Amino acid sequence: MSTPRAYSVETRDLNLWYGDFQALKNVSVQIAQGRITSLIGPSGCGKTTLLRCFNRVNERYGNVKTTGEIKILAKNIYDPDVSLIELRKSVGMVFQRPNPLPISVYENIVFGQRIHQERRAIKKSDLDQIVEQSLREVFLWDDLKDKLHERAVSLQLEQQQKLCIARLLPLKPEVILMDEPCSALDAKATRAIEELMISLTGRYTMLIVTHNMAQARRISEECIFMLLGELMEHSPTRELFITPRHPKTAEYIEGRYG
Amino acid sequence: MGQRRWHNLSETLIEWVIRLCGISAIICVFGIFFFVFREGADLLFHRFDIVQFLFSQEWYPTSQSHIRYGVLALIAGTASVTVLAMLMAVPFGLGAAIFVSEFCGPKMKEALKITIELLAAIPSVVWGFIGLTVMNPLIITVFHAPIGLNVLNGGIILALMSVPIIVSIAEDALKAVPDSYREAGLALGATRWQLIYRVLLPAAKNGLLAAVLLGVGRAVGETMAVLMATGHAVKIPTSLLDSVRTLTATIAAELGEAPMHSDHYQVLFIIGILLFSLTFAVNLIADLIVKGIRNK
Repeated sequence: MSTPRAYSVETRDLNLWYGDFQALKNVSVQIAQGRITSLIGPSGCGKTTLLRCFNRVNERYGNVKTTGEIKILAKNIYDPDVSLIELRKSVGMVFQRPNPLPISVYENIVFGQRIHQERRAIKKSDLDQIVEQSLREVFLWDDLKDKLHERAVSLQLEQQQKLCIARLLPLKPEVILMDEPCSALDAKATRAIEELMISLTGRYTMLIVTHNMAQARRISEECIFMLLGELMEHSPTRELFITPRHPKTAEYIEGRYG
Repeated sequence: MGQRRWHNLSETLIEWVIRLCGISAIICVFGIFFFVFREGADLLFHRFDIVQFLFSQEWYPTSQSHIRYGVLALIAGTASVTVLAMLMAVPFGLGAAIFVSEFCGPKMKEALKITIELLAAIPSVVWGFIGLTVMNPLIITVFHAPIGLNVLNGGIILALMSVPIIVSIAEDALKAVPDSYREAGLALGATRWQLIYRVLLPAAKNGLLAAVLLGVGRAVGETMAVLMATGHAVKIPTSLLDSVRTLTATIAAELGEAPMHSDHYQVLFIIGILLFSLTFAVNLIADLIVKGIRNK
């Protein structure tokens, strides 16, 4: 590639301990902007932990210690002057099980506006527009435009997961982290989420943790293989699957372990 | 062969015992209702003035010349003490539950839970004693009241008694909110407080409502502590420093002295029916509200 690549997320010598257990070891990685990067590796290899570092949501379990550096938008997110709120606005997260809040579809989407804006600054017409635009972006508008005030938890799982993506968009995130977003969904719904992700490339940097290697091949342009807390290989997806550089990678994608 | 038959037999037996345990609550409730009702039924159906009973505040069950059974003042007594107690206990109880479930560390949590359970284990007569000997002089000095046994005293004592129930039920309700809701809120950049009032409170509202209503039930039904702390004066209170008497305290104080099956005795049982209906209504309303929320 001739043009200098832009990176949304860069880590340097990232180490993380849960108590005495070291879950990440010297991870240095650069995540390309506007692309889908997948994180693969056997259970317990640290891929979800790495993902949860990027919005610092793993800090809620008290006993976590981190060293090293994570730069998002060229700013170290562990600097003391970093606002967790601003960080989480620009780094959205989608979870393994769809977790819409137990409020209406509409309120789920405007939740971010409600918590980040002064009550007086919120205009109903703006919110209506945000809801429509966000739902259109995730291809839910036609299905849900008459159900905006129904409870979000009563939707189908596929719609719930799309809604969880839709509610990130009004915050204009730079990065969207996805932690096995399809593992609770059936094949058809998985396909729908994958199509949605592909349609969002370019505008958002997406990082997806997946156990499903076929999924990594289908949707991601770059792929990161992790093992026992270490980053083993980071290559364009096609290269990683066809000509893996590391023997451990080869064994994993051949299904010898994991 | 014999062993298998024995197995089957014991299975059936256990099933029946468990079934019996299950319906025993229903049997007990109906049994209590039946016996209370039977004791008051004779008066209730034959020569009872229900209008006077409910709307007169003149309670003279042992008057020589003119016996009157009006419980309006007693209802007012129960209501005033309960409302005051809830005004104090609900914010404190819910606040404590939120603190225990969302803010404090595991050690602090353990310590607090044990202490709160201890608070719930104090017998009500001890609370009444505290009302009588600690709160009474305190209220007299602080408010320059002529007597410290009044609505304020009873309300504070009842609040202290209801708080442990409200805390433990409300904490259970908050604990039952799936962690994924918390993560969703946090990942969207919510602060702790925003998380609590935008996510946790709406998600746990049924359980929180149940906690409050159980607290109300406790306050309405409490007898010994309010008997000792409220001053036992039959009147509709006009200030927090007025002495009152509650429905429950009246039954406790007078039942022992009323001759068996006299009108006075039967009226006390009718008060029992009234209390029963009150708590039943509270529970029913709670149930309907909870169902209504769920269906929405």
